[in-house]
Amino acid sequence: MQDKRVSPLSHDPPPVLEVRDLVKNFGGLRALDGCSFSVQEGTITGLIGPNGAGKTTMFNAITGFFRPDSGRVLTDGQDITSLPPHGVFNRGICRTFQIPREHGTMTVLENLMLVAPDQAGERFWNCWFRPGLVRRQEREIRDRAMEVLEFVDLTRLADEYAGRLSGGQKKLLELARTLMAEPRLVLLDEPAAGVNRTLMNKLTENIEYLRRERGITFLLIEHDMDLVMQLCDPVIVMSEGRRLMEGRPEEVRNDPRVLEAYLGGQYGAA
Amino acid sequence: MEPVDLARASFLFFPLALLGMLVLPGRPALRLLLAVVAAAIVAVVLPIWLPRGILTYLVSFSTMAGIYAILSLGLNSQWGLTGHVNFGVAGFFAVGAFTSALFTTKMPEGALAAYSQQAFGLEWPFLAGVVMAGIVAAIVGFLISIPVLRLRTDFLAIATLGIAEVIRFIFQNERWLANGPQPMRGIPRPLDCLFADPACSWLPQGVVNWLAPLSPRDYVFFYLIVVALVLTVVYLALERISRSPWGRMQRAVRDEENSAAMNGKNVTARRIESFVVGSFIMGVAGAIYAHYVVSIDYSHFNPLFATFIVWVMLMLGGSGNNKGAILGAFAVWGVWSGAAFVIDMASPALQAISPDLPSRGAYLRWMLVAILLAGIVLFRPQGILRERKKVSDFMPKGD
Repeated sequence: MQDKRVSPLSHDPPPVLEVRDLVKNFGGLRALDGCSFSVQEGTITGLIGPNGAGKTTMFNAITGFFRPDSGRVLTDGQDITSLPPHGVFNRGICRTFQIPREHGTMTVLENLMLVAPDQAGERFWNCWFRPGLVRRQEREIRDRAMEVLEFVDLTRLADEYAGRLSGGQKKLLELARTLMAEPRLVLLDEPAAGVNRTLMNKLTENIEYLRRERGITFLLIEHDMDLVMQLCDPVIVMSEGRRLMEGRPEEVRNDPRVLEAYLGGQYGAA
Repeated sequence: MEPVDLARASFLFFPLALLGMLVLPGRPALRLLLAVVAAAIVAVVLPIWLPRGILTYLVSFSTMAGIYAILSLGLNSQWGLTGHVNFGVAGFFAVGAFTSALFTTKMPEGALAAYSQQAFGLEWPFLAGVVMAGIVAAIVGFLISIPVLRLRTDFLAIATLGIAEVIRFIFQNERWLANGPQPMRGIPRPLDCLFADPACSWLPQGVVNWLAPLSPRDYVFFYLIVVALVLTVVYLALERISRSPWGRMQRAVRDEENSAAMNGKNVTARRIESFVVGSFIMGVAGAIYAHYVVSIDYSHFNPLFATFIVWVMLMLGGSGNNKGAILGAFAVWGVWSGAAFVIDMASPALQAISPDLPSRGAYLRWMLVAILLAGIVLFRPQGILRERKKVSDFMPKGD
């Protein structure tokens, strides 16, 4: 699946993710206000914006946690707006959460094994009537999970309860879980928040490596501007539920509208 | 050793061997050998060592505890596995009991029909009745789960508690269905001709002679085998399914629903599945109970006896651990039954405090169970046996 990479410059295929005029109201609050953008295959696209701009709401709408009030979400030109989260997952879209949501009473290894798609052992009757098949698959999945653990450098914690990991390790575990899914597009919600510098550098390297070697596309929300500048191209800026602008990192950094959105003043602006 | 004791010993052997397989450590082959030897010794020693009345009491105690253990396993597959707070155990227990009764009894005829009504009576064999009880309870569970599983935690508890009460009131009020407020009588006991005077005609003479010293009152010795067998099958099936990738999904849903959904698991379907599995098992427990007590009515299925005591059993034994569910059932039923003796013995002292007190002994028992529950929650919330760390048994061991 990852082999046939499409150059980000090619215009022919539809974008891996396209969001059209998404609107979402929470009571009187309009969290998304007609937001549109697209993510091209093979990029690491940054999604930034001040607090309350609607970034996480956008992730929730894309991944099917709730239906937007109007607007559409498309992947490769196909509508996925009404799919439930597991349906979105099956289209090759994974996400992590801002606050890690690990399965605390399971080991790190089984947290990863859980994610592997299409497991025969997940079907009720197979566990009784086709134990051989299930056992064979479990061995494969276990081996793959160990590889992923090695990649994120958590091998020595394989048998630890996931709930016992440190905040930074949980972030790594979140990334590792998305890898088990063999995704096309990964949505990362603040992957570096609460992570120390060393771990953050490692995270950056990992994301860069995965894009380069495995052709995974990333869309990431991040407040750490150093990380965004270093990693993302292009960067989309959201403000008050809308797309404010999109461009190369340096363009975004120098745009007065972005500064205004972050530093306030949009109300009092002359 | 008298022939009575020897015959009783032969009945005790089988449940004891199964108990041995469950409890003893070691590899399966070694365990089987050990269990068989130990069971043979204990089965012979018990009837010699204990007075006959006490032994009969112990056997009927174990039978009832075994039925509770099946219920507790059913609850474990809902609460322990997926985290459903089902306070409606009694409802599914009742559905199973009445279903099996309807399928196995004879439609009342003649003068009896005036006193006793039921929707149908098919005279199916015992095992078919048990299976139908499970299936019907599972269907009821499925239908209920579609609206109710939109709720979680305490709200689910309230809804299921209400539904169990509704089910009980249906059985109480719908005379045509299962004789309404009057008990349904004459639920057949499987193979009870073993203990009748002209024993079953198909039995070989040797076995008839062997059983001859036993009276119909000893039937419970046979029924313990039935309960032990059903309990074993339920335990093995549940253990298999919960220690698998399927069980892993359930635990993931229990721990963190959103994350399980985002990792490609159909959370709604998984929650319904585990609820239906639990309902099936509770239905089976109901059938086993109905054929044991022979006569059932709505009052057997009140929340205290059929829901909350099961919760205490599972909490004490260890939520999420199937062995714990069984252990808890025996322990709590032991406390419950033991308390009756203690209160009996203490009745002069109670009388001294207040003349009404001894007659209210039953409430003291409930108080004891409540204190036990409070103690568990405060001091050992995970129960006696912890949930196992590793979920999947299909995963290769080591490297």
